[in-house]
Amino acid sequence: MSKKVFPFKGTKEQEEQLNVLIKEHVGDSGALMPVLQGAQNIYGYLPLEVQRVVARGLNMPLSEVYGVVTFYAQFSLTPKGKHKIAVCLGTACYVKGAGDIFNRIKKNLGLDGNEDLTEDGLFSVDGCRCIGACGLAPLITVDEDVYGKITADDVDGILEKYKKAE
Amino acid sequence: MSMVNLKINNMDVQVPAGTTILEAASSLNLKIPTLCYLKDINAIGACRICVVEIKGVKNLAASCVYPVAEGMEISINSERVLKSRKTNLELVLSTHNRRCLSCVRSGECELQELCKDYGIENETVFAGHNFEEIYDESAKHMVRDNSRCIVCRRCVAVCSKNQAVSVIGANERGFKTHIGCAFGAGLGEVECIGCGQCINVCPVGAIYEKDETDKVWAALHNPTKHVVVQTAPSIRTALGEEFGMPIGTNVQGKMAAALRRIGFKHIFDTDVAADFTIMEEASEFIERFTAGGTLPLITSCSPGWVEYCERFYPEFIPNLSSCKSPQQMLGALIKTYYAKQKGIDPKDIYMVTVMPCTAKKYEVARTEGNAVEGIFDCDVSITTREFARMIKRAGIDFVNLPEESFDNPFGESSGAGDIFGRSGGVMEAALRTASEWISGKPLEKLEFEEIRGIKGIKEATYKVGDHEVKVAVVAGLANASQVLEDIKAGKRDYHFIEIMGCLGGCVNGGGQPIQTARTRAMVDVPGLRASVLNNQDKVKKLRLSHESPIVKQVYADYLGEPGKGKAHDILHTHYTKKERF
Repeated sequence: MSKKVFPFKGTKEQEEQLNVLIKEHVGDSGALMPVLQGAQNIYGYLPLEVQRVVARGLNMPLSEVYGVVTFYAQFSLTPKGKHKIAVCLGTACYVKGAGDIFNRIKKNLGLDGNEDLTEDGLFSVDGCRCIGACGLAPLITVDEDVYGKITADDVDGILEKYKKAE
Repeated sequence: MSMVNLKINNMDVQVPAGTTILEAASSLNLKIPTLCYLKDINAIGACRICVVEIKGVKNLAASCVYPVAEGMEISINSERVLKSRKTNLELVLSTHNRRCLSCVRSGECELQELCKDYGIENETVFAGHNFEEIYDESAKHMVRDNSRCIVCRRCVAVCSKNQAVSVIGANERGFKTHIGCAFGAGLGEVECIGCGQCINVCPVGAIYEKDETDKVWAALHNPTKHVVVQTAPSIRTALGEEFGMPIGTNVQGKMAAALRRIGFKHIFDTDVAADFTIMEEASEFIERFTAGGTLPLITSCSPGWVEYCERFYPEFIPNLSSCKSPQQMLGALIKTYYAKQKGIDPKDIYMVTVMPCTAKKYEVARTEGNAVEGIFDCDVSITTREFARMIKRAGIDFVNLPEESFDNPFGESSGAGDIFGRSGGVMEAALRTASEWISGKPLEKLEFEEIRGIKGIKEATYKVGDHEVKVAVVAGLANASQVLEDIKAGKRDYHFIEIMGCLGGCVNGGGQPIQTARTRAMVDVPGLRASVLNNQDKVKKLRLSHESPIVKQVYADYLGEPGKGKAHDILHTHYTKKERF
């Protein structure tokens, strides 16, 4: 988790969407997971302001909501970039050099240490567990695009495409 | 009930279906070790210390959650079991802060005890990288030191199940799993109500009250301070446990003797203040009941409950009795009436309170309602445990002390004041006085049996004069939450409710001596402590607050009428809605 503070910039529309979502699920057992997934789709991440609305709306403790959010790697406490890069760090990808690819991406984007989001908010990068395409190892995904059998040297070219499109 | 036959260590045993292996073994006086298990509160099979071997089952089973089955053959101490427990202990130790000498729980730590039993020779055998340590001292009453935490989740369970407060939980996963508040906030930033129940259930020294005994020693060593002390009803029921005496021993006399030997100028009994509380609260109830004030009236003696109300149920603030708690009432009387009588500047009086409660540390620091402008009614509140540490540090041979008395003027209470320390006591004491006041006749029977006992929610209807009074006695904040929700939904309706923050009332408060999970499972600890107070009440001649000579005298000489004028100025307070995290 990055220590950087991101001011919350939620809009009225997002808040309305979240309230509708909560209303659909309130009272159901197991409501928390779909609500959190939906909330993350609405806001892109799950900051205190969002988790608090979820907790009060579903009438459950904030500590429990936060426990679930931090348990699952898919939930994020910090904003994600416009383009979300995931580097598969599963066993097959890892032995085929995913670590180098990961480092090259961070270097390309100028991200240090625990940072996972670029200054301009264009890219965020995360390591992920096996996505079940080991035949293509090592691989990364950028949003919905999959890039398989790549090397660290391919990284700059891939990222350039997205930068150019802006 | 269908019964199940099985063998444990080759001994035949018959237990009801649904019994766990742990409980079945217990019926044979076989003690399976546990760490994360806490009867009725936490049974999650997480620590793997209670593992046993079941014939025909491949993996060792966590006996705290594994139900028995017909024909089962179990070994609770086979070679594999003993080896596995030892390894699990070594793994727990690998991330545990092993500075035992400076740990508040040294000598009474469940982990330390197990290490002794299992012959741990090398506590660092698996030691390696540790997760980032969290040391949270943001709360006024306690510290959470995650370097000592073994992630058993007993604190999380009690905070949520018993107290419905739920400010702590397990965050992250795997090796990084740690107990904490949401978003890494401190307990002082979230809606922790200070009850201290998490301290009482922690098997190790990861959670403990902020020790304020140094403040007391400093005051005692300061010749310009007039240091007086008061002890709550339930201290005498439990203090002996800290000195190896059986649970349920009344140590009132030895306690007074110990306080005198520590060097307090005067030693007062909070039970006497409880009599004043009854004068005020019974008056307040009659006033609200007859004049159509806000009902139900809800008691406000328990600062954990008051804090909970302000945070979680602010809509019930108008129902809270405006009476201060006995602790604050005695502080107020000491800094006004007593100061005047003795000719001492109230600024020079240092009021120490010994309480079974960590939330009292918050209560003494409340700025609203203090009797003398600019000074606190009470200066410092220490728990039963801290008090025991003072006695030990002072080199007092507690067990062999003579029986001594409290000092006057606040030294002799009624039996009604004594029972304040157990669930139902405040209600019973108030009903005794209110009944006699309304009917103008003496009560035939002083015991209100229906509202005694350790049940979390008790209710009864009593005839008071010509009126039917519906009362409820609630202990534990999860129960309080249930009752308040039912009232809001129109499912319950009362005139008068006693709410105590902790199950069983103050005898089971978060500042009381800590009993191990095993003792808690075998013995009704709050019940035994409560019996001390009931017995003390039963043998007293003076059992009604309004008949207390000191109460009569102070009202006649100083306070005037209950609930009015000076009495109201000094003995009442108010409450404020507080934001949640």
